Amino acid sequence: MLSLWMVLAAVAILALSGAPAYLLASHSKAGQRISTILMLIGSVVGLLGIARKISGVETPSLQFEWQIPWGQFDVSIDSISVIFLAIVFVAPVLGSIYGLSYWKSSEHPENSRRLGLFFGLLAGSMAMVTIARDGVLFLIAWEAMAISAYFASTVEEDSAEVRRAGYVYLVATHVGTLCLFAMFALWRHSTGSFELSASASSFSITGEMAGAIFILTIIGFGFKAGLMPLHVWLPGAHANAPSHVSAVMSGVMLKMGIYGIVRMTSLLVRPEIWWGSSLLIVGAITGVAGIAFAIGQHDLKRLLAYSSIENIGIIAIGLGLALLGKSQNRPDWVVLGFGAALLHVWNHSLFKSLLFLSAGSIIHAGHTREIDKLGGLAKKMPRLAILFAIGSIAICALPPFNGFASEWLLYIGLFRTLSPDSGVEGLPVIASVSVALAMIGALAVACFVKLFGTVFLGTPRSEATLHAHEPPKSMLLPIALLGAGCAFIGIFPSIVSPALESAAGEWAPSSASKVSISEVAPLRWISIMGGSLICLAGAIALILKALPRASVAIEAGTWDCGYARPAPRMQYTGSSFGGSIVDLFAFILRPEAKKPSIEGAFAKPSSHKSSVPDTVLDKLVLPIFRMAGRYLPALRVMQQGKTQIYVLYILIILIVLLLLETMGA
Amino acid sequence: MTDALNAILVIVLVMNLFVLGTSRILAVINTVATQGALLGVIPLLVHTHLTISVVLTSVAAIVLKGVVIPSIMIRALRDAEIKREVEPLIGLLPSIMLGALATAFALLFAGELPLAGEHQSALLVPTSIASVLVGFIILTSRFKALSQVIGYLVLENGIFIFGMLLIDAMPLLVEMGVLLDLFVGIFVICIIVNHINRAFSSLDTRLLASLKE
Repeated sequence: MLSLWMVLAAVAILALSGAPAYLLASHSKAGQRISTILMLIGSVVGLLGIARKISGVETPSLQFEWQIPWGQFDVSIDSISVIFLAIVFVAPVLGSIYGLSYWKSSEHPENSRRLGLFFGLLAGSMAMVTIARDGVLFLIAWEAMAISAYFASTVEEDSAEVRRAGYVYLVATHVGTLCLFAMFALWRHSTGSFELSASASSFSITGEMAGAIFILTIIGFGFKAGLMPLHVWLPGAHANAPSHVSAVMSGVMLKMGIYGIVRMTSLLVRPEIWWGSSLLIVGAITGVAGIAFAIGQHDLKRLLAYSSIENIGIIAIGLGLALLGKSQNRPDWVVLGFGAALLHVWNHSLFKSLLFLSAGSIIHAGHTREIDKLGGLAKKMPRLAILFAIGSIAICALPPFNGFASEWLLYIGLFRTLSPDSGVEGLPVIASVSVALAMIGALAVACFVKLFGTVFLGTPRSEATLHAHEPPKSMLLPIALLGAGCAFIGIFPSIVSPALESAAGEWAPSSASKVSISEVAPLRWISIMGGSLICLAGAIALILKALPRASVAIEAGTWDCGYARPAPRMQYTGSSFGGSIVDLFAFILRPEAKKPSIEGAFAKPSSHKSSVPDTVLDKLVLPIFRMAGRYLPALRVMQQGKTQIYVLYILIILIVLLLLETMGA
Repeated sequence: MTDALNAILVIVLVMNLFVLGTSRILAVINTVATQGALLGVIPLLVHTHLTISVVLTSVAAIVLKGVVIPSIMIRALRDAEIKREVEPLIGLLPSIMLGALATAFALLFAGELPLAGEHQSALLVPTSIASVLVGFIILTSRFKALSQVIGYLVLENGIFIFGMLLIDAMPLLVEMGVLLDLFVGIFVICIIVNHINRAFSSLDTRLLASLKE
């Protein structure tokens, strides 16, 4: 019980952490520090709370009636909540520490207090989302989260791009919430209450009703998580938010969408085969398309945002496998799929926060988000380069870091469905999903080779990158801690596996408790392999260092086809690197390019421009909105601005209702 | 008892028509004030044994609707120095006809309703519906801000009559709350009337349409 009180205290401290700054001057450093210290206190209290919950056996819960109509205040921490609470108590506080030097109140007096307020509120409401066990309470926390993310991500509202991104986000998140309203209404209709627990009544939900709730769950939470094609808000909002806000949105807030899907599928006790298969397919599409879009991006943060979509796809594949296992009564699929999904939730929150925070430092140094204007940063900021490399290797699911562990579990799980005794129809679909997963991995490597190579290697392409220097300690420390987390989970996955197993047990009580992850996946070998890989890398580094080398670096022009003045701008760009892959996926990416043309004997100056806009947003959603903007204003005839007319509307409806009632009687 | 009650209610119905057919605002305000005061008596008639809550409701209704609200409105009328005619959208005679139609409709409609036995004979329900409809007619067909307040008052009187059916079930607090709302609402509107007058040099609410987006 104490653990629950500690988590509730953490929710309150996090949510209010930005408030004291409003008592101080807008440029005061102290206010920002107080916010960060409060975030730190809240997170530590929360982490201690969940540690206490893990060490105990009971599932603490608390209920009391309240004045808000419908529902009650009902909170509880189970093993699934623990998984998601853990990332809520890690990434935001690191982001807040990072923000101390990234978004200094002395440099941004006009909005640093607002950012602090909503940053804390975002963290607190996300923690509340994971412990709410009542539909109405859940929606309140959900909406608080969505709104605070909006205000935190649009602090630079004087830029039109930020306003547009914020607007798209606001519309998308509310459409999602609308689906959740419908979903909870159906839930209440079929169980008789808003209580989110697998009580006896949830067994009575019929097949069609359960299917409808499932579909609304996927759509409603899919908007937040960023499943394709519901991801439209994601790239813009992530790219235009301050980097530590992007880190929290991508690392933690998207996972709240995943949490919603996990929670609702744990309550719908009898899944059907098509649930799992459809989630597998959606996940595969999201993953492949997400990473393909990422390769086409020229904007550092948009690239990372699309890569988040890809990772959400991988998590969805894991959940799809687990759902399939639940419907087919295959505990090994459940444990592998669910374990892989939740481990990837942790992993992604670690390495994507790392990458976004690093991206913030890069942008600070280079004053641009354009990948092709950066370059040569590895020599200017070597520590950041190493940390960024760790994040990139982890996100590409290469050993010895954490991304490998989770995707490896997923591969084992998918391969298990391919054995002849699996007894599921439509095997080719599942087989192609494992192929898609492999493709995602390969494309991710290409994407991050492009990113790392263009940004950190070569020579600086702009004046600003020429004078870049290592970010301050308070920016490096959070990034380093996240990198350490990546390495830790990557080398010792067996330490976190009990938490995953108990969450899987909570999710599918009937089947999952029979199998443990270490039985079906030799985690020990990951540790051995990861450890030896690190030793090997260390040894090579030491040998290289010991080897004698020239004391003076000699700089000379490369062979330049006889051209005497090679310039940094002539370096191979990231766009060229990704070009061939973008062309391969041209059927979904629809890249736009303005090619240079040569006319006349004396060619005039010409330019080349290419971009990969979001196909769904630009080709589908915006045209629909433009159509609505063109035709719906006809309805403004109704709005005359005269009170008499409005009252007349009421009168007409009243009389019509009275007449209907009379005729009915 | 029912006879006295029905007599009052018939007077209320006639007053509705009078409000629709009168052109002088002052006369209309006085009529509505009398109507409100008359309605304040109804709680005493509906209940055979008098409790404190019934008496309180009654006294509050009579004081507010019969004295306080009309005096605020007359003050606003004097301060705004507007022409003392109602300037309706549709003529006075058609207004009366519409009101009569609404009353007939209310009587017919109330006959169809599945009412509890003790409410069958009294005219409570039809009067209530008729007053609501007349209130709406005034709201939609008059342009001056003060006439709108009058429509609002007649509407509220209709709701008050309907509330008499439930006076046993409804707590005193609710009744008092409704009266307080009414009082505050009209108090505010009468202040606004002055401001509209200053801004537009007229009380014609049609001019407010220029404020729309």
